[in-house]
Amino acid sequence: MRSRYALRFIALGYLALLLGIPVVLVFINAFQDGFAAAWESVTTPEAQHAFYLTLVMVAVAVPLNTIFGVIAALVIVRQRFRGRALLNAAIDLPFAVSPVVVGLSLLLVYGTVDGWVGKWFAEQGIRIIFSTPGMILATMFVSLPFVVRETIPVLREIGTEQEQAAATLGAGSLQTFFRITLPAIRWGVAYGVVLTTARALGEFGAVSIVSGKLSGETETATLLVESEFRRFNETGAYAASVVLAVLALVTLLAMNLIKPKESRT
Amino acid sequence: MVSKSFENGLDSFWTAVTTPQAVASLKLTLIASLIVVLINAVFGTLIAWVLVRDEFPGKGIAGSLIDLPFALPTIVAGLTLLAFYGPDSPVGINVAYTRTAVVMALLFVTLPFVVRAVQPVLLELDREMEQAAESLGAGRLTVFRRIILPNLSPAILAGAGLAFARAVGEFGSLILITGNIPFKTQAASVFIFSMVESNNPVAASAVSVVLLVIALMVLLIFGYLSKRALRHEE
Repeated sequence: MRSRYALRFIALGYLALLLGIPVVLVFINAFQDGFAAAWESVTTPEAQHAFYLTLVMVAVAVPLNTIFGVIAALVIVRQRFRGRALLNAAIDLPFAVSPVVVGLSLLLVYGTVDGWVGKWFAEQGIRIIFSTPGMILATMFVSLPFVVRETIPVLREIGTEQEQAAATLGAGSLQTFFRITLPAIRWGVAYGVVLTTARALGEFGAVSIVSGKLSGETETATLLVESEFRRFNETGAYAASVVLAVLALVTLLAMNLIKPKESRT
Repeated sequence: MVSKSFENGLDSFWTAVTTPQAVASLKLTLIASLIVVLINAVFGTLIAWVLVRDEFPGKGIAGSLIDLPFALPTIVAGLTLLAFYGPDSPVGINVAYTRTAVVMALLFVTLPFVVRAVQPVLLELDREMEQAAESLGAGRLTVFRRIILPNLSPAILAGAGLAFARAVGEFGSLILITGNIPFKTQAASVFIFSMVESNNPVAASAVSVVLLVIALMVLLIFGYLSKRALRHEE
Protein backbone atom coordinates (compact mmCIF):
# COMPACT_ATOMS: atom_id res chain seq x y z
CA MET A 1 0.00 0.00 0.00
CA ARG A 2 2.49 2.59 -1.10
CA SER A 3 -0.20 5.11 -2.06
CA ARG A 4 -1.56 5.04 1.49
CA TYR A 5 1.83 6.14 2.85
CA ALA A 6 2.06 8.80 0.15
CA LEU A 7 -1.33 10.23 1.10
CA ARG A 8 -0.44 10.17 4.79
CA PHE A 9 2.86 11.87 4.06
CA ILE A 10 1.24 14.63 1.98
CA ALA A 11 -1.55 15.29 4.50
CA LEU A 12 0.76 15.40 7.51
CA GLY A 13 3.38 17.36 5.60
CA TYR A 14 0.84 20.01 4.70
CA LEU A 15 -0.29 20.22 8.33
CA ALA A 16 3.26 20.44 9.61
CA LEU A 17 4.35 23.13 7.16
CA LEU A 18 1.25 25.25 7.57
CA LEU A 19 0.45 24.76 11.26
CA GLY A 20 2.81 22.67 13.30
CA ILE A 21 6.29 24.01 12.62
CA PRO A 22 5.34 27.72 12.51
CA VAL A 23 3.54 27.47 15.87
CA VAL A 24 6.48 25.69 17.48
CA LEU A 25 8.75 28.42 16.12
CA VAL A 26 6.72 31.12 17.87
CA PHE A 27 7.49 29.40 21.17
CA ILE A 28 11.18 29.21 20.28
CA ASN A 29 11.31 32.86 19.23
CA ALA A 30 9.58 34.01 22.41
CA PHE A 31 12.25 32.43 24.57
CA GLN A 32 15.23 33.29 22.35
CA ASP A 33 16.52 35.79 24.93
CA GLY A 34 15.78 33.47 27.79
CA PHE A 35 12.75 32.87 29.92
CA ALA A 36 13.35 35.96 32.08
CA ALA A 37 13.21 38.36 29.14
CA ALA A 38 9.98 36.83 27.90
CA TRP A 39 8.46 36.94 31.39
CA GLU A 40 9.48 40.55 31.81
CA SER A 41 7.88 41.60 28.53
CA VAL A 42 4.50 40.12 29.39
CA THR A 43 4.48 41.61 32.88
CA THR A 44 5.03 45.27 32.00
CA PRO A 45 2.15 47.50 33.20
CA GLU A 46 0.93 47.87 29.60
CA ALA A 47 0.97 44.14 29.01
CA GLN A 48 -0.74 43.41 32.33
CA HIS A 49 -3.44 45.92 31.49
CA ALA A 50 -3.87 44.40 28.02
CA PHE A 51 -4.38 40.91 29.43
CA TYR A 52 -6.70 42.32 32.09
CA LEU A 53 -8.77 44.05 29.40
CA THR A 54 -8.98 40.86 27.34
CA LEU A 55 -10.24 39.05 30.44
CA VAL A 56 -12.88 41.76 30.94
CA MET A 57 -14.05 41.25 27.34
CA VAL A 58 -14.32 37.51 27.90
CA ALA A 59 -15.99 37.92 31.30
CA VAL A 60 -18.73 40.14 29.87
CA ALA A 61 -19.20 38.76 26.36
CA VAL A 62 -19.20 35.04 27.15
CA PRO A 63 -21.95 34.96 29.84
CA LEU A 64 -24.18 37.37 27.93
CA ASN A 65 -23.79 35.46 24.66
CA THR A 66 -24.38 32.17 26.47
CA ILE A 67 -27.67 33.35 27.97
CA PHE A 68 -28.75 34.92 24.70
CA GLY A 69 -27.59 31.86 22.75
CA VAL A 70 -29.60 29.36 24.81
CA ILE A 71 -32.73 31.54 24.65
CA ALA A 72 -32.32 32.12 20.89
CA ALA A 73 -31.81 28.39 20.29
CA LEU A 74 -34.96 27.57 22.32
CA VAL A 75 -36.97 30.13 20.38
CA ILE A 76 -35.70 28.91 16.99
CA VAL A 77 -36.24 25.22 17.70
CA ARG A 78 -39.40 25.24 19.81
CA GLN A 79 -41.47 28.08 18.50
CA ARG A 80 -43.19 28.72 15.22
CA PHE A 81 -43.52 32.34 14.21
CA ARG A 82 -43.11 34.62 11.23
CA GLY A 83 -39.53 35.63 10.66
CA ARG A 84 -38.10 32.53 12.33
CA ALA A 85 -36.03 31.71 9.25
CA LEU A 86 -34.88 35.32 9.18
CA LEU A 87 -33.75 35.18 12.81
CA ASN A 88 -31.98 31.89 12.10
CA ALA A 89 -30.11 33.44 9.17
CA ALA A 90 -29.38 36.69 11.00
CA ILE A 91 -27.59 34.84 13.79
CA ASP A 92 -25.07 33.53 11.25
CA LEU A 93 -24.36 37.04 10.02
CA PRO A 94 -21.19 37.49 12.13
CA PHE A 95 -19.73 34.44 10.32
CA ALA A 96 -20.18 36.12 6.95
CA VAL A 97 -19.15 39.64 7.90
CA SER A 98 -15.53 40.70 8.04
CA PRO A 99 -14.48 41.82 11.54
CA VAL A 100 -13.31 45.11 10.02
CA VAL A 101 -16.81 45.68 8.68
CA VAL A 102 -18.24 44.94 12.14
CA GLY A 103 -15.92 47.53 13.65
CA LEU A 104 -16.84 50.09 11.01
CA SER A 105 -20.57 49.56 11.55
CA LEU A 106 -20.18 50.09 15.28
CA LEU A 107 -18.14 53.20 14.60
CA LEU A 108 -20.87 54.63 12.38
CA VAL A 109 -23.65 53.87 14.87
CA TYR A 110 -21.91 54.67 18.14
CA GLY A 111 -19.28 57.22 17.05
CA THR A 112 -19.22 60.24 19.36
CA VAL A 113 -19.15 62.93 16.69
CA ASP A 114 -21.67 61.84 14.08
CA GLY A 115 -22.80 58.36 15.09
CA TRP A 116 -26.55 57.74 15.04
CA VAL A 117 -26.80 56.72 18.67
CA GLY A 118 -23.31 57.69 19.79
CA LYS A 119 -24.08 61.41 19.81
CA TRP A 120 -26.89 60.95 22.33
CA PHE A 121 -24.70 58.78 24.55
CA ALA A 122 -21.91 61.34 24.30
CA GLU A 123 -24.29 64.05 25.54
CA GLN A 124 -25.02 61.85 28.56
CA GLY A 125 -21.30 61.65 29.12
CA ILE A 126 -21.01 58.01 28.07
CA ARG A 127 -18.22 57.16 25.68
CA ILE A 128 -18.70 53.99 23.67
CA ILE A 129 -16.22 54.17 20.81
CA PHE A 130 -12.52 54.28 21.77
CA SER A 131 -13.49 52.91 25.15
CA THR A 132 -14.39 49.62 26.84
CA PRO A 133 -18.16 49.49 26.05
CA GLY A 134 -17.53 49.67 22.31
CA MET A 135 -14.89 46.98 22.52
CA ILE A 136 -17.26 44.74 24.48
CA LEU A 137 -19.96 45.31 21.85
CA ALA A 138 -17.51 44.36 19.09
CA THR A 139 -16.46 41.21 20.94
CA MET A 140 -20.07 40.23 21.60
CA PHE A 141 -21.00 40.73 17.97
CA VAL A 142 -18.29 38.50 16.52
CA SER A 143 -18.75 35.72 19.08
CA LEU A 144 -22.55 35.72 18.94
CA PRO A 145 -23.34 32.65 16.79
CA PHE A 146 -21.39 29.91 18.57
CA VAL A 147 -23.65 28.97 21.49
CA VAL A 148 -26.77 29.17 19.30
CA ARG A 149 -25.22 26.98 16.59
CA GLU A 150 -23.98 24.32 19.02
CA THR A 151 -27.21 24.24 21.05
CA ILE A 152 -29.74 24.01 18.20
CA PRO A 153 -28.85 20.48 16.97
CA VAL A 154 -28.82 19.10 20.54
CA LEU A 155 -32.20 20.68 21.28
CA ARG A 156 -33.63 19.16 18.10
CA GLU A 157 -32.31 15.76 19.05
CA ILE A 158 -33.66 15.57 22.61
CA GLY A 159 -37.23 16.35 21.51
CA THR A 160 -39.96 17.50 23.86
CA GLU A 161 -41.22 14.25 25.45
CA GLN A 162 -39.39 14.63 28.74
CA GLU A 163 -40.34 18.27 28.99
CA GLN A 164 -43.98 17.40 28.43
CA ALA A 165 -43.78 14.66 31.02
CA ALA A 166 -42.36 17.14 33.53
CA ALA A 167 -45.10 19.62 32.70
CA THR A 168 -47.83 16.98 33.21
CA LEU A 169 -46.34 16.19 36.59
CA GLY A 170 -46.85 19.82 37.53
CA ALA A 171 -43.46 21.38 36.93
CA GLY A 172 -43.45 25.07 35.99
CA SER A 173 -41.72 26.16 32.84
CA LEU A 174 -38.67 27.46 34.73
CA GLN A 175 -38.41 24.27 36.75
CA THR A 176 -38.72 22.20 33.56
CA PHE A 177 -35.98 24.22 31.95
CA PHE A 178 -33.50 23.91 34.82
CA ARG A 179 -34.29 20.28 35.73
CA ILE A 180 -34.88 18.76 32.28
CA THR A 181 -33.80 20.88 29.33
CA LEU A 182 -30.60 22.42 30.61
CA PRO A 183 -29.02 19.16 31.83
CA ALA A 184 -29.83 17.56 28.48
CA ILE A 185 -28.22 20.28 26.39
CA ARG A 186 -25.32 21.08 28.71
CA TRP A 187 -22.56 19.61 26.56
CA GLY A 188 -23.76 21.39 23.46
CA VAL A 189 -23.88 24.65 25.40
CA ALA A 190 -20.46 23.97 26.94
CA TYR A 191 -18.95 23.39 23.52
CA GLY A 192 -20.46 26.65 22.32
CA VAL A 193 -19.07 28.44 25.38
CA VAL A 194 -15.57 27.15 24.62
CA LEU A 195 -15.79 28.39 21.03
CA THR A 196 -17.19 31.75 22.19
CA THR A 197 -14.34 32.13 24.66
CA ALA A 198 -11.73 31.37 22.01
CA ARG A 199 -13.26 33.89 19.64
CA ALA A 200 -13.59 36.57 22.33
CA LEU A 201 -9.96 36.07 23.42
CA GLY A 202 -8.66 36.31 19.90
CA GLU A 203 -10.79 39.05 18.37
CA PHE A 204 -8.63 41.57 16.58
CA GLY A 205 -10.16 43.35 13.57
CA ALA A 206 -13.37 44.70 15.08
CA VAL A 207 -11.76 45.63 18.41
CA SER A 208 -8.86 47.22 16.56
CA ILE A 209 -11.20 49.69 14.85
CA VAL A 210 -13.37 50.66 17.82
CA SER A 211 -10.62 50.75 20.46
CA GLY A 212 -8.43 53.63 19.27
CA LYS A 213 -5.48 51.50 20.49
CA LEU A 214 -4.37 53.61 23.41
CA SER A 215 -1.51 51.68 24.97
CA GLY A 216 -2.28 50.82 28.59
CA GLU A 217 -5.89 52.00 28.20
CA THR A 218 -7.84 50.40 25.37
CA GLU A 219 -5.28 47.85 24.22
CA THR A 220 -6.26 44.19 24.46
CA ALA A 221 -3.82 41.28 24.31
CA THR A 222 -4.20 40.81 20.55
CA LEU A 223 -3.68 44.53 19.93
CA LEU A 224 -0.63 44.35 22.19
CA VAL A 225 0.91 41.71 19.92
CA GLU A 226 0.55 44.03 16.95
CA SER A 227 1.84 47.16 18.68
CA GLU A 228 4.84 45.36 20.21
CA PHE A 229 5.68 44.01 16.77
CA ARG A 230 5.41 47.45 15.22
CA ARG A 231 7.71 48.82 17.92
CA PHE A 232 10.29 46.19 16.89
CA ASN A 233 9.99 44.55 20.29
CA GLU A 234 9.95 41.03 18.87
CA THR A 235 10.37 39.26 22.17
CA GLY A 236 7.37 41.15 23.52
CA ALA A 237 5.24 40.30 20.49
CA TYR A 238 6.23 36.63 20.54
CA ALA A 239 5.86 36.32 24.32
CA ALA A 240 2.35 37.80 24.27
CA SER A 241 1.58 35.48 21.34
CA VAL A 242 2.75 32.51 23.38
CA VAL A 243 0.34 33.43 26.18
CA LEU A 244 -2.49 33.63 23.65
CA ALA A 245 -1.34 30.44 21.92
CA VAL A 246 -1.31 28.57 25.24
CA LEU A 247 -4.85 29.76 25.86
CA ALA A 248 -5.75 28.52 22.37
CA LEU A 249 -4.22 25.12 23.13
CA VAL A 250 -6.19 24.94 26.38
CA THR A 251 -9.30 25.73 24.35
CA LEU A 252 -8.46 22.92 21.93
CA LEU A 253 -8.03 20.55 24.84
CA ALA A 254 -11.39 21.59 26.27
CA MET A 255 -13.00 21.08 22.86
CA ASN A 256 -11.62 17.57 22.65
CA LEU A 257 -12.67 16.73 26.19
CA ILE A 258 -16.21 17.91 25.60
CA LYS A 259 -16.78 16.51 22.13
CA PRO A 260 -16.75 12.77 22.87
CA LYS A 261 -19.03 13.27 25.87
CA GLU A 262 -21.43 15.16 23.71
CA SER A 263 -21.75 12.26 21.31
CA ARG A 264 -22.08 9.79 24.17
CA THR A 265 -25.19 11.39 25.65
CA MET B 1 -23.38 51.45 7.13
CA VAL B 2 -25.21 50.84 3.87
CA SER B 3 -26.74 54.31 4.21
CA LYS B 4 -23.33 55.84 4.88
CA SER B 5 -21.93 54.37 1.71
CA PHE B 6 -24.77 55.92 -0.30
CA GLU B 7 -24.69 59.15 1.73
CA ASN B 8 -23.69 61.29 -1.20
CA GLY B 9 -25.74 59.45 -3.78
CA LEU B 10 -25.15 56.43 -5.97
CA ASP B 11 -22.51 58.21 -7.98
CA SER B 12 -20.21 58.79 -5.03
CA PHE B 13 -20.69 55.16 -3.96
CA TRP B 14 -19.63 54.08 -7.43
CA THR B 15 -16.68 56.50 -7.41
CA ALA B 16 -15.55 55.18 -4.02
CA VAL B 17 -15.74 51.55 -5.12
CA THR B 18 -14.03 52.09 -8.45
CA THR B 19 -10.96 54.00 -7.28
CA PRO B 20 -7.94 52.08 -8.58
CA GLN B 21 -6.81 51.22 -5.05
CA ALA B 22 -10.23 49.88 -4.05
CA VAL B 23 -10.54 47.83 -7.23
CA ALA B 24 -7.03 46.41 -6.80
CA SER B 25 -7.77 45.39 -3.21
CA LEU B 26 -11.09 43.76 -4.09
CA LYS B 27 -9.47 41.92 -6.99
CA LEU B 28 -6.66 40.64 -4.79
CA THR B 29 -9.12 39.48 -2.13
CA LEU B 30 -11.28 37.62 -4.65
CA ILE B 31 -8.44 35.96 -6.56
CA ALA B 32 -6.53 35.00 -3.41
CA SER B 33 -9.71 33.62 -1.81
CA LEU B 34 -10.45 31.57 -4.90
CA ILE B 35 -6.94 30.07 -4.99
CA VAL B 36 -7.07 29.37 -1.27
CA VAL B 37 -10.45 27.66 -1.43
CA LEU B 38 -9.33 25.45 -4.31
CA ILE B 39 -6.13 24.40 -2.51
CA ASN B 40 -7.87 23.80 0.79
CA ALA B 41 -10.73 21.90 -0.86
CA VAL B 42 -8.16 19.43 -2.21
CA PHE B 43 -5.94 19.27 0.88
CA GLY B 44 -8.91 19.43 3.25
CA THR B 45 -10.48 16.40 1.61
CA LEU B 46 -7.13 14.62 1.60
CA ILE B 47 -6.54 15.35 5.30
CA ALA B 48 -10.07 14.26 6.21
CA TRP B 49 -9.46 11.05 4.27
CA VAL B 50 -6.20 10.31 6.07
CA LEU B 51 -7.75 11.10 9.45
CA VAL B 52 -10.72 8.79 8.86
CA ARG B 53 -9.33 5.89 6.83
CA ASP B 54 -5.71 5.72 7.92
CA GLU B 55 -4.27 4.49 11.20
CA PHE B 56 -0.96 5.76 12.53
CA PRO B 57 0.54 6.85 15.83
CA GLY B 58 -0.16 10.49 16.62
CA LYS B 59 -3.39 10.53 14.64
CA GLY B 60 -5.29 11.96 17.60
CA ILE B 61 -2.87 14.87 17.89
CA ALA B 62 -3.03 15.58 14.16
CA GLY B 63 -6.82 15.46 14.37
CA SER B 64 -7.07 18.01 17.15
CA LEU B 65 -4.42 20.22 15.54
CA ILE B 66 -6.88 20.83 12.69
CA ASP B 67 -8.99 23.11 14.89
CA LEU B 68 -6.00 25.20 15.91
CA PRO B 69 -6.70 27.97 13.35
CA PHE B 70 -10.17 28.35 14.92
CA ALA B 71 -8.72 28.63 18.41
CA LEU B 72 -5.64 30.71 17.66
CA PRO B 73 -6.16 34.49 17.53
CA THR B 74 -5.73 35.66 13.93
CA ILE B 75 -3.00 38.16 14.81
CA VAL B 76 -1.01 35.31 16.37
CA ALA B 77 -1.63 33.25 13.23
CA GLY B 78 -0.08 36.03 11.18
CA LEU B 79 2.91 36.31 13.48
CA THR B 80 3.28 32.53 13.42
CA LEU B 81 3.56 32.47 9.64
CA LEU B 82 5.89 35.45 9.72
CA ALA B 83 8.20 33.58 12.08
CA PHE B 84 8.61 30.68 9.67
CA TYR B 85 8.10 32.29 6.27
CA GLY B 86 9.33 35.83 7.04
CA PRO B 87 12.68 37.67 6.89
CA ASP B 88 14.08 35.64 9.81
CA SER B 89 12.95 32.32 8.41
CA PRO B 90 15.13 29.45 9.68
CA VAL B 91 14.71 27.67 6.33
CA GLY B 92 15.42 30.71 4.19
CA ILE B 93 11.95 31.06 2.67
CA ASN B 94 10.86 34.67 2.79
CA VAL B 95 7.43 35.45 1.40
CA ALA B 96 6.71 38.44 3.65
CA TYR B 97 5.12 41.43 1.92
CA THR B 98 4.29 39.44 -1.23
CA ARG B 99 1.03 38.14 -2.61
CA THR B 100 2.13 34.64 -1.69
CA ALA B 101 1.95 35.78 1.93
CA VAL B 102 -1.69 36.77 1.45
CA VAL B 103 -2.46 33.30 0.11
CA MET B 104 -0.53 31.57 2.92
CA ALA B 105 -2.29 33.54 5.65
CA LEU B 106 -5.68 32.71 4.15
CA LEU B 107 -4.70 29.04 3.77
CA PHE B 108 -3.90 28.96 7.47
CA VAL B 109 -7.14 30.46 8.75
CA THR B 110 -9.46 28.54 6.39
CA LEU B 111 -7.86 25.11 6.77
CA PRO B 112 -10.42 23.58 9.19
CA PHE B 113 -13.59 24.29 7.20
CA VAL B 114 -13.37 21.61 4.50
CA VAL B 115 -11.75 19.04 6.82
CA ARG B 116 -14.48 19.44 9.43
CA ALA B 117 -17.24 19.35 6.80
CA VAL B 118 -15.94 16.22 5.04
CA GLN B 119 -14.87 14.19 8.09
CA PRO B 120 -18.33 13.26 9.46
CA VAL B 121 -19.63 12.35 5.99
CA LEU B 122 -16.62 10.16 5.34
CA LEU B 123 -17.13 8.43 8.70
CA GLU B 124 -20.72 7.58 7.80
CA LEU B 125 -19.94 6.54 4.24
CA ASP B 126 -20.84 2.96 3.61
CA ARG B 127 -17.83 0.95 2.47
CA GLU B 128 -20.00 -1.64 0.78
CA MET B 129 -20.43 0.58 -2.25
CA GLU B 130 -16.68 0.86 -2.68
CA GLN B 131 -16.18 -2.86 -2.20
CA ALA B 132 -18.92 -3.61 -4.72
CA ALA B 133 -17.29 -1.32 -7.26
CA GLU B 134 -13.92 -2.93 -6.63
CA SER B 135 -15.27 -6.44 -7.00
CA LEU B 136 -16.74 -5.37 -10.33
CA GLY B 137 -13.23 -4.52 -11.44
CA ALA B 138 -13.06 -0.78 -10.85
CA GLY B 139 -9.60 0.62 -10.23
CA ARG B 140 -8.79 2.78 -7.22
CA LEU B 141 -9.09 5.99 -9.21
CA THR B 142 -12.43 4.98 -10.68
CA VAL B 143 -13.77 4.12 -7.23
CA PHE B 144 -12.68 7.50 -5.96
CA ARG B 145 -14.08 9.42 -8.90
CA ARG B 146 -17.37 7.54 -9.31
CA ILE B 147 -18.20 6.49 -5.75
CA ILE B 148 -16.39 8.52 -3.12
CA LEU B 149 -16.24 11.96 -4.69
CA PRO B 150 -19.97 12.20 -5.55
CA ASN B 151 -20.78 11.26 -1.96
CA LEU B 152 -18.41 13.84 -0.52
CA SER B 153 -19.08 16.71 -2.90
CA PRO B 154 -21.97 18.29 -0.93
CA ALA B 155 -19.77 18.43 2.17
CA ILE B 156 -16.76 19.70 0.22
CA LEU B 157 -18.88 22.46 -1.32
CA ALA B 158 -20.42 23.44 2.01
CA GLY B 159 -16.98 23.64 3.63
CA ALA B 160 -15.55 25.53 0.67
CA GLY B 161 -18.36 28.07 0.87
CA LEU B 162 -17.66 28.79 4.53
CA ALA B 163 -13.93 28.96 3.80
CA PHE B 164 -14.50 31.42 0.96
CA ALA B 165 -16.69 33.70 3.07
CA ARG B 166 -14.07 33.63 5.81
CA ALA B 167 -11.20 34.30 3.39
CA VAL B 168 -12.97 37.30 1.85
CA GLY B 169 -13.37 38.97 5.24
CA GLU B 170 -10.11 37.91 6.87
CA PHE B 171 -8.11 40.71 8.48
CA GLY B 172 -6.04 39.91 11.56
CA SER B 173 -3.70 37.35 10.02
CA LEU B 174 -3.00 39.59 7.01
CA ILE B 175 -1.95 42.75 8.76
CA LEU B 176 1.56 41.74 9.85
CA ILE B 177 2.74 39.43 7.10
CA THR B 178 1.49 41.25 3.98
CA GLY B 179 2.88 44.72 4.69
CA ASN B 180 -0.37 46.17 3.24
CA ILE B 181 1.24 47.65 0.17
CA PRO B 182 -1.51 49.34 -1.90
CA PHE B 183 -1.96 47.79 -5.37
CA LYS B 184 0.22 44.86 -4.36
CA THR B 185 -0.62 43.12 -1.12
CA GLN B 186 -3.46 45.20 0.29
CA ALA B 187 -6.55 43.03 0.66
CA ALA B 188 -10.03 44.55 0.75
CA SER B 189 -10.44 44.22 4.53
CA VAL B 190 -7.11 45.96 5.07
CA PHE B 191 -8.10 48.65 2.58
CA ILE B 192 -11.26 49.28 4.63
CA PHE B 193 -9.18 49.51 7.78
CA SER B 194 -6.75 52.03 6.28
CA MET B 195 -9.68 54.12 4.98
CA VAL B 196 -11.12 54.21 8.53
CA GLU B 197 -7.74 55.24 9.90
CA SER B 198 -7.38 58.01 7.33
CA ASN B 199 -10.87 59.27 8.12
CA ASN B 200 -12.57 58.34 4.87
CA PRO B 201 -15.71 56.55 6.12
CA VAL B 202 -17.52 56.78 2.77
CA ALA B 203 -14.85 54.80 0.92
CA ALA B 204 -14.59 52.34 3.83
CA SER B 205 -18.36 51.83 3.91
CA ALA B 206 -18.65 51.46 0.15
CA VAL B 207 -16.03 48.69 -0.02
CA SER B 208 -17.58 47.11 3.10
CA VAL B 209 -20.92 46.89 1.33
CA VAL B 210 -19.26 45.19 -1.65
CA LEU B 211 -17.52 42.75 0.69
CA LEU B 212 -20.76 42.05 2.52
CA VAL B 213 -22.65 41.37 -0.70
CA ILE B 214 -19.88 39.05 -1.92
CA ALA B 215 -19.86 37.08 1.35
CA LEU B 216 -23.63 36.66 1.40
CA MET B 217 -23.74 35.69 -2.27
CA VAL B 218 -20.98 33.16 -1.79
CA LEU B 219 -22.81 31.55 1.14
CA LEU B 220 -26.03 31.41 -0.90
CA ILE B 221 -24.34 30.02 -4.03
CA PHE B 222 -22.36 27.36 -2.18
CA GLY B 223 -25.41 26.45 -0.10
CA TYR B 224 -27.38 25.99 -3.33
CA LEU B 225 -24.62 23.95 -5.00
CA SER B 226 -24.27 21.78 -1.92
CA LYS B 227 -28.04 21.14 -1.82
CA ARG B 228 -28.10 20.36 -5.52
CA ALA B 229 -25.26 17.89 -5.14
CA LEU B 230 -27.27 16.20 -2.37
CA ARG B 231 -30.36 15.95 -4.53
CA HIS B 232 -28.34 14.54 -7.39
CA GLU B 233 -27.21 11.77 -5.12
CA GLU B 234 -30.75 10.79 -4.19
